[in-house]
Amino acid sequence: MTEVTLTVNGKKYTQVVFDHLLLADFIREKLKLTGTHIGCDTSQCGACVIHVDGKSIKSCTMLAVQADGRDVLTIEGLADGDVLHPMQRAFHENHGLQCGFCTPGMIMSAIELIKGKPDITDQEIRQGLEGNLCRCTGYQNIVKSIQEAAKNENNLTNR
Amino acid sequence: MYSFNYLKPDSIKEAESLLSGADDNKVISGGMTLLPTLKQRLARIENLIGLEKCGLDKIVLKEGLLNIGAMVTHFDVSNSALVKTENPAIAQLASHIGDRQVRNRGTIGGSLANNDPSACYPAAILAMSGTIHTTKRDIKAENFFVDLFETALEEDEIITSVSLPKPERAAYEKFPNPASRYAIVGIFVAKFDSEVRVAVTGAGEEGVFRCQQIETALSARFLPESLSEINISADGLMSDIHAEADYRAHLIVELAKRAVAKSIAR
Repeated sequence: MTEVTLTVNGKKYTQVVFDHLLLADFIREKLKLTGTHIGCDTSQCGACVIHVDGKSIKSCTMLAVQADGRDVLTIEGLADGDVLHPMQRAFHENHGLQCGFCTPGMIMSAIELIKGKPDITDQEIRQGLEGNLCRCTGYQNIVKSIQEAAKNENNLTNR
Repeated sequence: MYSFNYLKPDSIKEAESLLSGADDNKVISGGMTLLPTLKQRLARIENLIGLEKCGLDKIVLKEGLLNIGAMVTHFDVSNSALVKTENPAIAQLASHIGDRQVRNRGTIGGSLANNDPSACYPAAILAMSGTIHTTKRDIKAENFFVDLFETALEEDEIITSVSLPKPERAAYEKFPNPASRYAIVGIFVAKFDSEVRVAVTGAGEEGVFRCQQIETALSARFLPESLSEINISADGLMSDIHAEADYRAHLIVELAKRAVAKSIAR
């Protein structure tokens, strides 16, 4: 076992973990942050996407020990109290979800995708979401949400 | 997953000595293949040796060659200003591997060491006659890729970086599997002053290979039309649920034409 210290959503955590513990399981089981979902567990569906040092990754395919000393951002870290992050607001206003299971991963991927691209096209968004699956096939409104959030890109700062 | 110890050596020398310490030790770079393999209990490992602290994440120009560290991620290759200037074809290739999250973790060294028969990088390295630098020696691409998931690497040898010469023209075209983005067929065409080299991934039963027929035709005239009369034999090509061997043979010529056109337009 190994002691790891990492920052998650601005808060520092130190824990002793099994070396083979996945980062997704660490976040869900140890930190009880269950907004990060595990859909396929085979790095295909993207429900577990989080940011590590500002980059989107699939947390089911990274070890907790590999995140030692790093800065992690999960879906819980986006909103400022009751004020939703602009990407969350766009999903809310455009009904960018059906069952909601893929939503945390969609939002985390989308935030990285639109960085510096206020005029991102429909095609670019669809291509950029190749690592995220929606089993409800509700892509239409997901794409619409991301496009709207991109237009307000100046307000989007990835903390 | 079976349990293992995760070790983080501070130098490549230390990593090398840890690796040679036991048969059940393995090196991990991005882990985009190794971690899923471990999760399915297809491998059992005593110590997993992470290379993240070994300083293999640089991209530099060394004696006229583009040198990419083994731990450089696909995203960083695709996004590097130096790579885009020196070798735009490989930057573009890297931008279409897997998905964004895979590109943020997966590395060039890991891809080459794994030598998946459908991986993109092996085609580029073989077509551009790259050199794979390891903890023990320098290996020319021609001698590196041995068979499916098999390379010339010894058990205790670690890739440190890859060097690539600058081709006059080059481009990569792939016909991706719509689910995995792996190449059903991928073609890398590279034109140098003295020769034209064409490597095919995704199609060969023994992994990546050079296609002499196409190379000869393009050496005479480097134009897509030079390939209109070419027929590739399906012998030695893979047949699976994604594509039959004769379809792959057809794709090789078609994608080679597109790659030549793309390299000329660039």
